[in-house]
Amino acid sequence: MAALIPDVVEDALVTVEPPARRRWPRLRVWRAVVLFIAGAYFLIPIYAGLRFSFENDAGHLSLYAVRAIPSEPGFSAAFWLSMRLAVVTLALTLVLMVPTSVYVHLKFPRLRRLLDFVTILPIVIPPIVLILGVLRAAPLWLRASPYLLSLVYVILSMPFVYRSLDAGLSAIDLKTLVEASRSLGGNWFNTLWRVVVPNLRSALLSATVLTLALVLGEFTMASLDLWTTLPVWIYQFQQVDAHVSTAVSMVSLVGTWLLITLIVSLDRSQSRRARRRTNNS
Amino acid sequence: MTEHLVATRTAEPAPAGARVSLEGLVRTYGATRALDGFSLDIEPGEFVALLGPSGCGKTTALRVLAGFEQLDRGRVTVDGRDVGKISAQHRDMGMVFQSYSLFPNMNALNNVAFGLRMRHQHAAQRRQKAGELLELVGLSDQALKYPHQMSGGQQQRVALARALAIEPRVLLLDEPLSALDAKVRAELRDQIRQLQQRLAITTVFVTHDQEEALSMADRVCVMSAGRAEQTATPATLYSRPTTPFVAEFVGVSSRVPVEPTDGSVTLFGERCPVRPSDAGVPEGEVDALLRPEDVTITLDDTAKPFVTHKSFLGATTRVIIQVDGVAVRVDVRSDVAADIELGARVRPSVVSRDVLLARRAPTRSETVD
Repeated sequence: MAALIPDVVEDALVTVEPPARRRWPRLRVWRAVVLFIAGAYFLIPIYAGLRFSFENDAGHLSLYAVRAIPSEPGFSAAFWLSMRLAVVTLALTLVLMVPTSVYVHLKFPRLRRLLDFVTILPIVIPPIVLILGVLRAAPLWLRASPYLLSLVYVILSMPFVYRSLDAGLSAIDLKTLVEASRSLGGNWFNTLWRVVVPNLRSALLSATVLTLALVLGEFTMASLDLWTTLPVWIYQFQQVDAHVSTAVSMVSLVGTWLLITLIVSLDRSQSRRARRRTNNS
Repeated sequence: MTEHLVATRTAEPAPAGARVSLEGLVRTYGATRALDGFSLDIEPGEFVALLGPSGCGKTTALRVLAGFEQLDRGRVTVDGRDVGKISAQHRDMGMVFQSYSLFPNMNALNNVAFGLRMRHQHAAQRRQKAGELLELVGLSDQALKYPHQMSGGQQQRVALARALAIEPRVLLLDEPLSALDAKVRAELRDQIRQLQQRLAITTVFVTHDQEEALSMADRVCVMSAGRAEQTATPATLYSRPTTPFVAEFVGVSSRVPVEPTDGSVTLFGERCPVRPSDAGVPEGEVDALLRPEDVTITLDDTAKPFVTHKSFLGATTRVIIQVDGVAVRVDVRSDVAADIELGARVRPSVVSRDVLLARRAPTRSETVD
């Protein structure tokens, strides 16, 4: 081998050190710095919020703000309204978007680009413009109902839900699965419910998590439509007791996080159960 | 249990096999004519292969029969009944797809039972029947496995069991073996053929692999440009192709330039009658299409043709000889071929009773596989 390599080249091969070895420590330092800055950016506001929640007016550590939450006027109503809106929005979004996405993937794959564009519009149009337009156009009976907000939230959640579903549908051989089900006698409902939806579990979970997070945190539209949802209540109650208001926002943050963790762990435990069933067989 | 299932299924005359008729099917996609007046009649219990190159319309024909594609013109009848308006869901046709089509969220047993569930069969009944079908394809030990835990061959066998579970009137196979490796493909090929014969189900099998088509089917329909070129038994198709396309697509042919006069041609100094062709008599410059076994050679130092290549194929050896600048393939018994050296002078002669003519191809000196 050595005889085949000219001496000059061999020298060069020997003297050149691998570049990664020299750069490695510097890279590690930068990585730590970036991580620290990013961590501080996210954690400092949460720390400040948590600390403020566990303080009384005198600046001493106290649990009074957290204990007072359930009994504060309007809290329960706002909490349950937000929950109802979240559930209705989620149901409407999935019922509307799942068949639509499946249909576009199957029958009009060229429309996917158009749908990509259309579903991004709610991000481009400011929420204030959207809600003012809806309030002008909606009939009176609908304006009197809080569920008008759910209809608008469906539009707001479209960009996230469509992208999740689009990715999920692209990951499976949708056409073959649907045709296999149809040739075996499955109608469209059975095909969707028993074949397509179970294979979109991860996409549906991420769509669910994003929709819930969006609805539980939305303020502008609810406030302009004059409904006291949880974020609106937090804002309004700040003028009464800032400690309690901040405590609620912290609880809401932790609650949303717990909800997301629960949904994701449900998915994981289901996969584990399926694996165990198979291993035992 | 398997025998019981087969006995039960073959005892019922009605679902055993349906008569299928495809009449003048036309299907266009924009400017492309996928089917251009395609017609085919299939007898009850017959196994017909649709064979052709990519884009010849064979998969479109199968999808039209399954109800997945709408026709622009033409008629599809099953047992004399026009099924054009019947959706895929209600056509009672079991289909095995090219890509693995098992439902990933169901184990093998539930996949096979899916069609029975759609037919509202009782849970215990459908479990029993699905189990029997898995046994029929030799996979009862894999019943609780999910598709991702099975090999490609196993998945296709489960897909076959799933398609058979609904007791289909017609079984449709869309290149089910093309994604499998050679050994598994050969095994599954035999298994499909045996099952089809035992259950006597009318079967349409789409493939671009001529070996598969010739070895499995009762009849093979060779397709080209959306039309049926020739439909015949594998033996007839190989030995008596009626169009140049079939002669070149099925098996191996060599092209030798000839000049036809009075219904015959002169080949290697001998007169041979011209075989009647469905494509008519070609005009202008023509070639004769010769199978390797249509020609024999004898060593002759005074002859001009000489040997350029030799390929050992087992019992026979394929010898390529150069005749007036044209390569001609000749199959010779291997023990005879052992005495033929490269460069040896040989005298060719035609052994077939007639020859098929085709318009001269642009690169006429090349042989075609």
